[in-house]
Amino acid sequence: MTLAHRIIPCLDVDAGRVVKGIEFVGLRDMGDPAALAGRYNTEGADELVVLDISASYQGRATFLETIRRVARQLHIPLTAGGGIRTLEEGQAVLRAGADKVAVNTAAVERPELLSELAQQFGAQAVVLSIDVKRKGCSWEPYTRGGRDPTGKDAAQWALEAVSRGAGEILLTSIDRDGTCTGFDCELTRKIASTVPVPVIASGGAKAFEDFLAVFTAGRADAALAASIFHTATHSIGALKKFLAERGVSVRLSR
Amino acid sequence: MKIAIVDYGAGNLPSVERALGKLGAQTERAVAAEKLHCAQAIVLPGVGHFGAFVHGLRKSNLALPLRAAFESGKPILGICLGLQAMFASSEEAPGEPGLAFFSEEVCALPTDVKSPHIGWNQVRRMHPSKLLHGIAEDAYFYFAHSYAAPASAPCTVAACDHGFPFAAVIERSNLAAVQFHPEKSGETGAQVLRNFLESVA
Repeated sequence: MTLAHRIIPCLDVDAGRVVKGIEFVGLRDMGDPAALAGRYNTEGADELVVLDISASYQGRATFLETIRRVARQLHIPLTAGGGIRTLEEGQAVLRAGADKVAVNTAAVERPELLSELAQQFGAQAVVLSIDVKRKGCSWEPYTRGGRDPTGKDAAQWALEAVSRGAGEILLTSIDRDGTCTGFDCELTRKIASTVPVPVIASGGAKAFEDFLAVFTAGRADAALAASIFHTATHSIGALKKFLAERGVSVRLSR
Repeated sequence: MKIAIVDYGAGNLPSVERALGKLGAQTERAVAAEKLHCAQAIVLPGVGHFGAFVHGLRKSNLALPLRAAFESGKPILGICLGLQAMFASSEEAPGEPGLAFFSEEVCALPTDVKSPHIGWNQVRRMHPSKLLHGIAEDAYFYFAHSYAAPASAPCTVAACDHGFPFAAVIERSNLAAVQFHPEKSGETGAQVLRNFLESVA
């Protein structure tokens, strides 16, 4: 009886479509979020994350509609995030069908938001998203989509966030994101061994070996990736079989 | 078949409604006692804080009707916090009484494991189970919780381990409860709900 390591596809959505950023200069359309969600649900994804990357005020209604459409396709948990700043906005995404809400910038600016969300919905519904860049031998969180340095230390911020009510940490390496050089296992191990809550590793996944490394050397509880799954170059079923054959506990679909 | 889903003002009800609806059940949100009377069975889903949950039930005047339904033999399925609420109390909210269908206390997961216990885990069968009928022994279920009822609680038919052995599935006469989320546990979870509906029919 073992808790399975989770494989979590992520949908970055903008104006109701799944997109992929290309070196921060452009966005490529990757399809309909509900269609992709349905595919991942069938393929054996353990959860799904939907991030509003436009995170604009005008786009909020569209994003809620996307959550509703995606949730209808799923029999697995759904996390929604991107630009959520208040308890009310968190409640709106949960009402639309998400099981967890992910917050980043707003939690750095006003950490009480984490406590408010946890008191209302429980810690299991609150995910703190941390985007970090390496700085010497530690890591610094950045907000606003990786633009603004916070001056904080990632491990200390993660611990504070957990004490305030975050039930999970979604940890993204900005250095690795989109580079296809593998997860930052050193970073993941550091945070996973610091906080008492599950850590989801993100950023840099390309090959099956990257997932194996982040679950073993990196001690991640879950691993998140976007584009490698969207393009169907890697199926989730094949990835899980690869991991299971190497002794990593995963939930195999039957 | 008409199923009342207890709506105390929080929680993600749409996913429970959708999952039951796909299995052909007709669901209705019960914000008041009458809806509980008319339904053939009751589902008590819950997420969040034990204290807020049981307080919400009492404030909505649903706690006593739930006990009456339990005593009348109406089938009730508790999910996650809905399972915990069936106990007398919880370490999460000392002094806040639960529905007390069971006399034990719900405990916090210990600090030597990651908490919340979030993710897909397997269960250990202890007694024959209606809810787990037709489900493989090594199947996975989705859990998301920081508190749990010890597996020593009577009527535990399947247990899970995370820090300590806790009740994953409870069955006693018309009461059924699961600590995991069947509505989020893929086809395996759908089978749990199907088994519940069949036990009612």
